[in-house]
Amino acid sequence: MATATTPNFLEVNRRTFLRMSGAAARGLFLSLHLAEPGHARQTPKAQAYPPAAFIHVRSDGKIVIQVNRLEFGQGVQTALPMLLADEMDADWSQVIAELAPAADVYSDPIAGIQMVGGSGSIAHSFEQYRQLGASARAMLIAAAAAQWNVMPEQCRTEASVVYGPNSQSAKYGELAESAAKLPVPESVQLKKESELHLSGKNTRRLDSRGKCNGSQKFGLDVDLPGMKVALVAHPPVFGARVKSFNADAARAISGVRDVFEMPLVRGTGVAVVADRFWAAKQARDRLQAEWNTASVEHPDTAQLFSKYRELARTAGNIAMTRGSAASMDSIPSSKRILAEYEFPFLAHTPMEPLNTTVRFDSSGAEVWAGSQFQTFDQMAVAEVLGLKAEQVTFHTEMAGGGFGRRAVADSHVQREAATIAKRLPGIPVKLIWTREDDVQGGYYRPMFVHRVDVGIGADGMPIAWRHVIVGQSLVAGTPFAARLIKDGVDATAVEGVADTAYAIQNFYVSAHHPEINVPVLWWRSVGHTHTAFVMETLIDELAMRAKTDPIAYRLKLLSPDAKKLRACLTLLREKTASWRDSATGNRAVGVASHESFGTGVACAVEVSVENKRPKIHRAVIAVDPGFAVNPLSIESQMQGGVTFGMTQVMPKGAITLKDGRVEQRNWDGYTPPYINDAPVTVEVHIVPSSEKPTGCGEPPVPVISPAIVNALSRLTGKRYRSLPLAEI
Amino acid sequence: METFKLTVNCQQKDVTVDPSTPLLWVLREDLKMSGTKYGCGIAACGACTVHVGGVPTRSCVLPISLVGERPVVTIEAMSNDTIGRVVEEAWVSEDVVQCGYCQSGQIMSAVALLKATPKPTDKDIEESMGGNLCRCGTYVRIRQAIKAAARQLG
Amino acid sequence: MMRLGPTLLLGVLLLAIVSIGAASREQGDTPDRETTPNRPAGLAAWQKIYSVMSHPRCINCHTASDYPEQGDDRHRHLFNVVRGPDGKGVPALQCATCHRQANADSTGVPGAPDWHLAPLSMRWQDAADRILPSSAVCKTVSDPAKNGGLDGAALIKHHQTELVKWAWKPGLRNDGSARSVPPIDYEEFMVATREWVQAGMPCTK
Repeated sequence: MATATTPNFLEVNRRTFLRMSGAAARGLFLSLHLAEPGHARQTPKAQAYPPAAFIHVRSDGKIVIQVNRLEFGQGVQTALPMLLADEMDADWSQVIAELAPAADVYSDPIAGIQMVGGSGSIAHSFEQYRQLGASARAMLIAAAAAQWNVMPEQCRTEASVVYGPNSQSAKYGELAESAAKLPVPESVQLKKESELHLSGKNTRRLDSRGKCNGSQKFGLDVDLPGMKVALVAHPPVFGARVKSFNADAARAISGVRDVFEMPLVRGTGVAVVADRFWAAKQARDRLQAEWNTASVEHPDTAQLFSKYRELARTAGNIAMTRGSAASMDSIPSSKRILAEYEFPFLAHTPMEPLNTTVRFDSSGAEVWAGSQFQTFDQMAVAEVLGLKAEQVTFHTEMAGGGFGRRAVADSHVQREAATIAKRLPGIPVKLIWTREDDVQGGYYRPMFVHRVDVGIGADGMPIAWRHVIVGQSLVAGTPFAARLIKDGVDATAVEGVADTAYAIQNFYVSAHHPEINVPVLWWRSVGHTHTAFVMETLIDELAMRAKTDPIAYRLKLLSPDAKKLRACLTLLREKTASWRDSATGNRAVGVASHESFGTGVACAVEVSVENKRPKIHRAVIAVDPGFAVNPLSIESQMQGGVTFGMTQVMPKGAITLKDGRVEQRNWDGYTPPYINDAPVTVEVHIVPSSEKPTGCGEPPVPVISPAIVNALSRLTGKRYRSLPLAEI
Repeated sequence: METFKLTVNCQQKDVTVDPSTPLLWVLREDLKMSGTKYGCGIAACGACTVHVGGVPTRSCVLPISLVGERPVVTIEAMSNDTIGRVVEEAWVSEDVVQCGYCQSGQIMSAVALLKATPKPTDKDIEESMGGNLCRCGTYVRIRQAIKAAARQLG
Repeated sequence: MMRLGPTLLLGVLLLAIVSIGAASREQGDTPDRETTPNRPAGLAAWQKIYSVMSHPRCINCHTASDYPEQGDDRHRHLFNVVRGPDGKGVPALQCATCHRQANADSTGVPGAPDWHLAPLSMRWQDAADRILPSSAVCKTVSDPAKNGGLDGAALIKHHQTELVKWAWKPGLRNDGSARSVPPIDYEEFMVATREWVQAGMPCTK
């Protein structure tokens, strides 16, 4: 990370620049323009982004590019620099990507806060990073032209060199200082697609080697002089408070520095601070903490499902309605399907356990965290420490996965760390959540129940569809509520159903959002994790009833406007033509398609049942993400995303609560897919497109569970309406 | 507290720690070698895999008191290992990593596999890599990279 | 006059070996075995031995499958651990990857020297992970073709290895709770073993 004294692209160094840019979006009210899922994205206001904050051309020729959002596996630290380097005509082999610290200049242009989520990295920063690159190029040319006393139009650039009309040439590293003194152009011309030579090509990740040789540092690896490690004993029931604990037993462990009760976002806990992790862990294990749990609700999975099923029998707040609600009544029961679906709580469990390091003293604070929500987290730390946000230097560390778990509006992990650091001024405190803390600590994908009544027309297509969804609201009580809750419906609970591209004439969707004492959060692909399962298994059931090929059925039912889905299904049909219809014996093929975050995905899997589990011999994916900035990265996201999505069908893919307590403790009780569970091969085909790029991080996740189950239904004749999958 | 003499990546290291401390935390905190990762603490995920006396070992469950004189080799030494180097190149060439947090452990396991089985079958790969968790789902590319490394070594 | 002790012992052992041979040829009545005066005592001793062998600490590694079991509920060992060609796992996921020469109580992993699975010939469960009845286990244990060529003396020695003894000092789980131990203590187990061997390693039908 460049220090305050490192010469920067502009004369103004980055720290000064950041201070100058001010706290435009501070305060409790943040103007958020999160695009609603499934709808066309808003374009950001045209503006000149400042290259100074994003690009550092070193005199040795290296080009350091600041990435305005967390890298947590999705490949953004390569893809965004590709766009910039392409427009800039930078020598790609000299590019170094860094994760930008928290600052307004690094806000997501559409969301207005610094964040990563909603598969929006490329979609939102596509133009921005291209503009930055084009601006930098223009300024470098201007500097060269001035030196050579020629017109900028007479110059051209290639691989970090400006060439003049009379064989003059100058490297970017030589020009950087003078270029920095020039004004940033107000508008720049971006390259035509045919002029791009990096974007659109398979490009290997910039961060690969460090991640292969142990040198890449993650948040958990931060090491500072005098640093202490902190663990917090959290209440066993959400929101409970400490009744008593044995500090002496904990302090008896050698290396323990402090043991104290502290407030949490929900309830209270006990912090243990020690020189080393093991000492902190042993001390925490000896706390003998007792808790006041009587005054908080004790959620219980069985009771909740029972309550949700009851609620699902009544109409909720209307999410979508078209046609006639009464039309269902005239359809005979022989032409109706009534289906009830159940989905459990899901934990994210990214590989790197949650952690944040904070150092606080009278002049301010420094934070090191792999955060998906730097703006919120920086503000939260400032609030806890009684500082202004600008007094908190917030370093974005490489994160070992996130899947939404590091995007928390209440910044509870950062608040815990800051609270402890406040007690130890001058001492960096690394707060770690153990894997047990993580599995038991809440912020789950909520439980959901769907109740769907489908009326089938004479042609075997659905003509009436009544759908009730029951599950907690993710955004109620957060800054996102104003934008995402309308008429009592949380958009994130109904996305994928309410906005379906299937042309169902009489369509009625409503939702209930019970308030439950379990903190909940977006889990990679959010509402689509359950809505796609319901839609795609029901549509497949209808296709089977109509004795129609599942791809043909979908193409028939989809609205003509569903361009991406149509393209994906058509491509999938082509790529699976040789084997899709010839699965015999103990193998079957299942298909599913779904559009989320602006990207269409269709998937076919070949499945058999082995040892009572689905074995996925192969998966083929067709994806339409608009213009594919880095096809290699998209392939990885599709392969990884379907494997991640399989968490939902694993036998231990559920978090359950009994009388208020989470029953699982670690990956022994909540078990994600290992290599033998994952598809053996995942073939990815990208629909060629020049449309604006849309995201790839989340879109593959929703399709895999219904595709697998659709194959299983063909094998066993059974319907699978509840996840995780019990024995087949 | 007790003093233990360790050999880590061919270097002698003395550490004074609680004997019950897992090797993982001795490596990370006392020896400042953060390449070996903490993922779960119960040997479920393999992120902590090192080689102890030539045996792939989950360091999160191995108390330092049980290491003895067996040499410890970590991910940091793999670039200089004949097989480790080839595995690293295959990993980079096949663009395996996503978040990367599990990959130290994956590579240590892959190296152990290739040392014992230079031409692993799909089944060999699936069994030997079967205990290494990857939440990003890089398994397909891990398979490819191991095969690429085997071809390179063979 | 020769000392009776060693000769008698030798005689008992020879008798035991002959009896084993007889038992492995056929089930049911072999006149020698039926009339051996120690038979009832031997059978009673066997029941004690069986009570140990069918306990999770022992039977979890005498599986009929390609995996070990764990826990008192004898579930399939987690984390995709498999038997491998020699019962020691596979190259990158060996028993020794986690199980060392002694219990790791601070991290909850049991250990003993040479931790490994009993070969399939020494399985005491069926393919569905159900514990085999006493008579079936008895036959497996007493049959040198199945038990690794062990005669009575060798069996006694086997019961004195660290790995077998581990069952009575199985260490703590990672939540600090102690693993359960077999229903009789080790000394009683060894007495029963000797009694059973001396009785000719009888099995019921």
